Amino acid sequence: MSHLVLEGLGKSYGTAVAVEGLDLSVARGEFISLLGPSGCGKTTTLQMIAGFVPVDRGRILLDGGDLGSVAPNKRGLGIVFQSYALFPHMTVAQNIAFGLEMRGVEKAEREKRTLEAMALVGLKGFEDRYPRRMSGGQQQRVALARALVIRPSLLLLDEPLSNLDAKLREEMQGELRQIQRSIGTTTILVTHDQHEAMALSDRIVVMNRGRVEQIGAPDAVYGAPDTAFVANFLGKTNVLSVTGDGRGQVTIEALSVPLAGAPSGTLRIAVRPERLGFAAESAPGFAARITSRVFQGAHWLLTAESAAGPVTLIRHNDGTPVPGEGESVTLSFGPGDAALLAEGAGS
Amino acid sequence: MSPDASARTTPYGMTGPALAVFLALVIIPLGMTVLLAFYDWGQYKGIVAEFTLKNFREIFSDSYFLEVFLRTLRISVLVTLFAILIGVPEAYILNRMSPAWRGLCLLAILGPLLVSVVARTLGWALLLGSNGLVNRGLMALGLIGQPLEFMFTETGVVIALVHVLIPFMILAVWASLQRLDPQIENAALSLGASRLTIWRRVILPQIVPGILSGSIITFALAASAFASPAIIGGRRLKVAATLAYDEFLNTLNWPLGAAVAVLLLAALVTLTVGTNRLVERRYSQVFE
Amino acid sequence: MSRNSPFAILFHTLFVVFMLAPLVVVCLVAFTPEGYLSLPGRVWSLRWFKAILDYPEFLRAFRDSLWLAALSSTVAIGLAVPAALAIARYRFPGREAMTALFMSPLMVPHVVLGIAFLRFFTQIGLSGTFLGLVLSHIIVILPFALRLVLAASYGIDRRIEHAAISLGASPAVVFRRVTLPLILPGVVSGWLLAAINSFDEVTMTVFIASPATTTLPVRMFLYIQDNIDPLIAAVSACLIALTAILLMALDRLFGLDRLFVGTGKG
Repeated sequence: MSHLVLEGLGKSYGTAVAVEGLDLSVARGEFISLLGPSGCGKTTTLQMIAGFVPVDRGRILLDGGDLGSVAPNKRGLGIVFQSYALFPHMTVAQNIAFGLEMRGVEKAEREKRTLEAMALVGLKGFEDRYPRRMSGGQQQRVALARALVIRPSLLLLDEPLSNLDAKLREEMQGELRQIQRSIGTTTILVTHDQHEAMALSDRIVVMNRGRVEQIGAPDAVYGAPDTAFVANFLGKTNVLSVTGDGRGQVTIEALSVPLAGAPSGTLRIAVRPERLGFAAESAPGFAARITSRVFQGAHWLLTAESAAGPVTLIRHNDGTPVPGEGESVTLSFGPGDAALLAEGAGS
Repeated sequence: MSPDASARTTPYGMTGPALAVFLALVIIPLGMTVLLAFYDWGQYKGIVAEFTLKNFREIFSDSYFLEVFLRTLRISVLVTLFAILIGVPEAYILNRMSPAWRGLCLLAILGPLLVSVVARTLGWALLLGSNGLVNRGLMALGLIGQPLEFMFTETGVVIALVHVLIPFMILAVWASLQRLDPQIENAALSLGASRLTIWRRVILPQIVPGILSGSIITFALAASAFASPAIIGGRRLKVAATLAYDEFLNTLNWPLGAAVAVLLLAALVTLTVGTNRLVERRYSQVFE
Repeated sequence: MSRNSPFAILFHTLFVVFMLAPLVVVCLVAFTPEGYLSLPGRVWSLRWFKAILDYPEFLRAFRDSLWLAALSSTVAIGLAVPAALAIARYRFPGREAMTALFMSPLMVPHVVLGIAFLRFFTQIGLSGTFLGLVLSHIIVILPFALRLVLAASYGIDRRIEHAAISLGASPAVVFRRVTLPLILPGVVSGWLLAAINSFDEVTMTVFIASPATTTLPVRMFLYIQDNIDPLIAAVSACLIALTAILLMALDRLFGLDRLFVGTGKG
């Protein structure tokens, strides 16, 4: 049985639909990311699970029981807020022990578990510090310890790393993943950062305008986006116009590539910049003219114009010569590099 | 109960007690006062609950009342004017001080706000008397030959009221000065503006809303001031507030006193609401 | 270091002298050894301070004023805290009108309020009672309490309360352990500002006070109306000294600019 199930979840503010028809089933111990641009409904979904926003349509089931009738303070979920929402008038230890106090855990046990939680997040020795006197990264750890110490059935993370600088964010990502794996708490992360979602999650739920665009493992979603929105939101991508022959082949100029399930007519496919390459001498390909060349250290970023549309390529800086601006090139990609995009969805 | 329904009733539960107190102790008494202004009164028959415009007719036809209201207006305008002339530069100077100095000066300037207005006005009565420090100082300097009359004059009342009310002007202007970009003067300087031009073209236009709101407060409080005009102006130099007091506690003509109060209230509410509208319309695009 | 020009500093100095002169002169006259208004020369005397003790009505009025300020500001803060929290965090029909009503005592001249309360209390038999004074003072000082609590309430991050809820706290516990501590600076300074305003109020109180129940400023005002002498200067000097001590304590505790945010109109 699934641990957490969202069934046809929906929420409207007046006539504006914030979330519509959200179905999701989360296994115990799984790390799920709700990923999307601001206003896509991911935060509203989290708030509905937490109980701070009432559910308009659908149900939330935790271990088979409906959460709708459970008051937010009885749900027993651990939440880490974007702003951390630490109690500024309490010390670190008091912050972390608050949830245990609410559960009537006796003092000795409370102190023991607080110290354990602080050790878990690497904050030993900060017991009597006030949050104001701590760095963003340290506050983040306090918030995490405070949420975990109550041994929540579900850990909800609302953009927990967005207030940290890039280097610290990467560090915390690694640590967060390691902590979550070690204690095995089912976790829902809300984020707009696709790198964060891909680095941390078992599965990603890509959301747009209140609806789910695609659910799947990070590499699967990245490699085979269902829609142009997903393709564009998860990293850079090239959307190419191709012709399908109805027998599983798509063609651009001289290049013909097998693509399962491709119908006949004009189609749109997505090809990642790192999968697009220069055609070998006399091998089939399609013509393009380089319009810009930017050096980025480990690789070159090239843009080109082609009959199938503008394209972006990434070439590793492996010493081979790279064509300059204005040069004509022949591009190609192989079977398995292209994903067929659903028509009509997003752009 | 669903969370939505409780969210609808909760705010009324929370504001309910204060609302009940205000309905009982503000709306009802003020309503009774307005009614009272339209009641009849006689030396021997007392207050008669009969609708009449007699009180207002009396106020508008008697030159004594007219004079009192005109005096109130004159004093309020002068007090507001001086509060602007002194308060605006002072707020600007305060804003440019180092924080430590500013704290100390704020103590000196705003501190008197917390001292009873009776004690402050007593100080002015002592200073302004014909044998007071101001007159003796001016005579010692040879500026005047004989004592100036401050007590029981409008000049004295204006001086005391400027002292009492100027902190409000400074606070209002200072608040708008703090919203100014600290780099803005340097920007104007770099474009070649002189100090005076910066003041006139850059600073002043931005603090006009602060000056206006400070002026509304100062004017309203000056027009309804009671203790200072009563002490400095004495029994003869009446203003609207002391006139109403007289009718209530000396003449005992409550309906007439109520009519004076209602007129004062109506004038101030009209002025405040009107000015606020004007300020909102004029400045909302720039300062919101 | 000040960036002001010498002319600006001169202007500022004269202004500070203007602001402090009446208070200083009251304090000086209070020390005169003479029986009439004069500045003390070589001899400074405490005779007028001793003389206060022979006027028990000043002492009684002082005591009543303290009680009145303490009681009315406590009730006012009790009304203001829930109202401010509701106004700060809910959007509900009537919210604007209610806020305007609660702030209206700042707009209505105190002489009008005095007349209104005199009329009302006479009708319901509260005229000249201590209860009447408390009720009327609650009204005039509530805006000060409300404004400071409101400012504090707007400053709260709701997610801090959500965090407490998610950790299992009931609404009562959230209020006591999280919300109240967070708005406490606003509550305390709101209470103080309300108490000071109650203690200083004279215009409205002069209408509804009776000889039996009166406040210190009203007693002083009525005394000055008859006669200005060194005795009243000594009483005022005590008041000024008291305020100065309070002011310094407040500055230490909160910083004055924070307290005065609530003084002017918005």
